[in-house]
Amino acid sequence: MNDLSRIEKGTPVASSEAGTDSAVAVLIPRTSLSEKLLRIVMPFAVLGTVVAIWHAIVVINNLPPYILPSPPRVIQALIEDWGTLWPAMMITTKITFMALALALIGGVGFAIFLVQSKWVELAFYPIAVILQVTPIIAIAPLILIYAPSTQAALLICAFLVAFFPILSNMVQGLKSVDHNLLNLFELYGASRWQTLLYLKLPASQPYFMAGLRIGGGLALIAAVVAEFAAGSAGAESGLAFRLLESQFRLNIPRLFAALILLSLLGIAIFAVTTLISWLALHRWHESSVRREN
Amino acid sequence: MTAAMATVREQDPIYDQQPGKGRLVVKMRSVTKVFSNGTLALSNMSMDIGAGEFVSLLGPSGCGKSTALRIIAGLGRPSSGTIDWPSSRINSRGLPEGDVGFVFQEPTLMPWQTVFGNVFLPLRLQGKTKAGSRERIMETLAMVGLADFANAYPRELSGGMKMRVSIARALITGPKLLLMDEPFAALDEITRQKLNDDVRRLWQRSGVTVIFVTHSVYEATYLSNRIVVMRARPGEVYRDLAMPEAEERDVHFRSSEEFQASSALVSRTLLEAISVGGADHE
Ligand SMILES: Nc1ncnc2c1ncn2[C@@H]1O[C@H](COP(=O)(O)OP(=O)(O)O)[C@@H](O)[C@H]1O
Ligand SMILES: [Mg+2]
Repeated sequence: MNDLSRIEKGTPVASSEAGTDSAVAVLIPRTSLSEKLLRIVMPFAVLGTVVAIWHAIVVINNLPPYILPSPPRVIQALIEDWGTLWPAMMITTKITFMALALALIGGVGFAIFLVQSKWVELAFYPIAVILQVTPIIAIAPLILIYAPSTQAALLICAFLVAFFPILSNMVQGLKSVDHNLLNLFELYGASRWQTLLYLKLPASQPYFMAGLRIGGGLALIAAVVAEFAAGSAGAESGLAFRLLESQFRLNIPRLFAALILLSLLGIAIFAVTTLISWLALHRWHESSVRREN
Repeated sequence: MTAAMATVREQDPIYDQQPGKGRLVVKMRSVTKVFSNGTLALSNMSMDIGAGEFVSLLGPSGCGKSTALRIIAGLGRPSSGTIDWPSSRINSRGLPEGDVGFVFQEPTLMPWQTVFGNVFLPLRLQGKTKAGSRERIMETLAMVGLADFANAYPRELSGGMKMRVSIARALITGPKLLLMDEPFAALDEITRQKLNDDVRRLWQRSGVTVIFVTHSVYEATYLSNRIVVMRARPGEVYRDLAMPEAEERDVHFRSSEEFQASSALVSRTLLEAISVGGADHE
């Protein structure tokens, strides 16, 4: 059946071009240990210096904690108020990640739906754009009225904000598949489903990852901003509410402590989304491949 | 010189009788293609391709070579006229099933798949399993000299190697018809010569029918048994030339009088085609 099987085994029709091909096997010089260490030490050194200057300013000017608390005072607040701050951080984390997960499912699903036909896109894309261009803070009060609970409202706000970058990136990704590859799939009689699964989705991975990183950051921002808009959130309140509350009570050390936790949460989201993106792309995509000239 | 010339037979644009080859693989009749923007890319093109032929489509850029090849592949229907694949099983969409391999000008590999994954694609789309296809894939990779690179990603390969992967992918289903659209145009001269030799050897050993699009007189003469010279505006067949029968195409063939005479004739025909039709002035 296969004519090519007539070709004797072990006698390659082609030999590889020695000059260029063997280069692949050459050992790649690794980053030296000292450089690796420096990469970790440098940012911490800068951070440490900033904290030291902060401390010095407080001590030299003898500033009271309600104006600018010293770093040890902030740490103290963090430890003392851990019982309030930790559950608040958990709430904010939960809202952010749930919103991001929903936005991922919704954004990818809606993007796949949109690219099915030109008419579908013409009809539905403007709605997504309207949702996006309307400043979320402006519709937050409205959502607060209709949502069953404050938490649900925060979730909706964070979802709406994270949804759009994921959607628009995915639409872009699904549409920018190599035309020749599409032709190739057509040539082999691939079904719609096969084309989606084996071509369009993998090809849009870099776009998806960009959407994920943007969406992750925005979900946290939206969760915080929406909670500011919500004001009181009762017992189940997140970090943003604790932050406002500390400001009202002039408990500035605790405000700083809450701020540090928020910042840590942001860093964690950034690290996780960057890691996921790296894991998915580092073998093949230019954005994640170490450049060598 | 005269003896060499005699082996080059000129024929009518419509190629009715195939010397020694009965079975037709492609039958194109009065195919016209008008694109939606009004471009008349092909006009009244008729062509028969017999089993086991190595045919080159030669012509100035913009004369409709790619368009013709895509129609032969079943990608994009003709605006009028008919295209048929007499020796293939035709599926419900009116296309030959699994009988056509296509090599594009660019390697057109999936960057997220390894060399193995890329070559596996056509089989995967036919519902075959990876494990069941492994042996065949490795054999095909060995054939194009890439056995050691099964797990490499396309970005780790040179241009010539990517092209080989693309050829392996086109061959994996054991197609009757291999279509190549200026496959080596972007490669350097040395790599190109090497791949030309490989393709020619592949064709000789496997008996696959090859339609090779090129704008190089030299490449067309070196590789093919028959050259279809096209002209532009509108795209149509200008001349159908039979090439020398020489089996061995190597350094000796390249310096032979036969080859010189053939390429001179092809060159002349191409020049005529350009002056008769309009060429792209880029
Ligand atoms: N998709 C398309 N839409 C409109 N015009 C096209 C399209 N593809 C090719 N053409 C036009 O058809 C003509 C033939 O193109 P093509 O077959 O690519 O030529 P060649 O491969 O010989 O260079 C050209 O004038 C080109 O501009
Ligand atoms: Mg072309």
